[in-house]
Amino acid sequence: MTDTMRHLFILFGVLFSVLTVGGLLIWLERRLLALWQERYGPNRVGPFGLLQVAADMIKVITKEDWTPPFADKAVFIIAPAILMIVVVTSFAIIPWASGIEVVDLNIGVLFFLGLSSLGVYSVALAGWASDSKYSLLGGLRASAQMLSYEVFMGLSLMGVVMLAGSFSLREIVEAQQDLWFVVPQFFGFAVFFIAGIAETHRLPFDLPEAESELVAGYHSEYSGLKFGMFFAGEYLGITLISALTVTLFFGGWSGPYLPHAVWFGLKTFAFICFFVLIRASLPRPRYDQLMSFGWKVCLPVSLANLVVTGAWILMMK
Amino acid sequence: MTPGSYLPGHFLPVAIFLFVGIAVGVGMLVFSRLVSPRRPYREKLMTYESGITPFSDAHQKFSIRYYIIAMLFLIFDIEAVFLYPWAVAYDRIGLYGLVEMVIFIIILLVGYVYAWKKGALEWE
Repeated sequence: MTDTMRHLFILFGVLFSVLTVGGLLIWLERRLLALWQERYGPNRVGPFGLLQVAADMIKVITKEDWTPPFADKAVFIIAPAILMIVVVTSFAIIPWASGIEVVDLNIGVLFFLGLSSLGVYSVALAGWASDSKYSLLGGLRASAQMLSYEVFMGLSLMGVVMLAGSFSLREIVEAQQDLWFVVPQFFGFAVFFIAGIAETHRLPFDLPEAESELVAGYHSEYSGLKFGMFFAGEYLGITLISALTVTLFFGGWSGPYLPHAVWFGLKTFAFICFFVLIRASLPRPRYDQLMSFGWKVCLPVSLANLVVTGAWILMMK
Repeated sequence: MTPGSYLPGHFLPVAIFLFVGIAVGVGMLVFSRLVSPRRPYREKLMTYESGITPFSDAHQKFSIRYYIIAMLFLIFDIEAVFLYPWAVAYDRIGLYGLVEMVIFIIILLVGYVYAWKKGALEWE
């Protein structure tokens, strides 16, 4: 019985911390961007502007939540919910510390890849259902981009799976006790992280919602909390990709002196900051540049990485 | 959990988490429905098109490029599907597996080079 209680405690703890982190990231990103661009950022509401998060949430909730009459209503409403469900569920497989995870699936990596494929439905359906030209273009761009980069994401993880001999994230972390996988799998890491940025369509790969050309892309017609769900889903996506990068390439929770969970939190935080730094420093490419970079650079690199890793493992035997 | 010992019970936490995720998603929709105001008027009910009156339905033809990308995705994601079991069993199949996979990848690369030469990866 206590075992069940422990499981439930972890489950709701994970859920609570993930949603809190997702909310706080909005504040963190604005502060960090301000820091790197020599501005002030939100600093008025509460200490360090922290209550800005609460103010923003109240604002988003009390805005008119509008389902346009020209939209395909059912699909229009379901689309943002799909994103939230998919992203929240993906957190089930993350090992936060030794023994602390919602579930240790022996198909952990596949579970993540499967759910991230489902995320495409959210943006594609949102763009289509809105019946607005900007939304349609944004939705098309988003689906083509996410589908493409999903291939490279999957291929780039195969090197890690070969080294660890398992899809289970717990076993992958345990296989990294001597050497973080980022060393033998540096190209895998690079492709995975770039694909992660494209999957969450963050700057510089935010072409589906490029505000200078498409207004807000696939969520142009969304308002109120439905827009808020896309917004929160993006920040949860950043947290998810950062946590997975740490788990797959940077030793997960392992580290000296400090408790496991603290190490995991610190490493994940570093990658979240890296996401923001990339946004602060890089310009947005054109759409054709984004697609050809994926198909002409990421794909050959991840395939070559796979073959070289295979040969290397054989030589080390 | 050892490989091969599979019980539906292992997925119970996933099911609970999925249920909670759905509750979060649907809960947010219902909550905003209850809380947010609703004051529609004519201009608000039109599609946003940078201030001008929208002149046609948005469900129009779009570029064939997206179709080609979808085809490429299909080919290479299926390739990835074949690679997953290969990668996880790699320490057991050794050199034989490596040679087989290199042949498989080379066959696909022929198609990839063809697509590249035909301009499927260009976006004019």
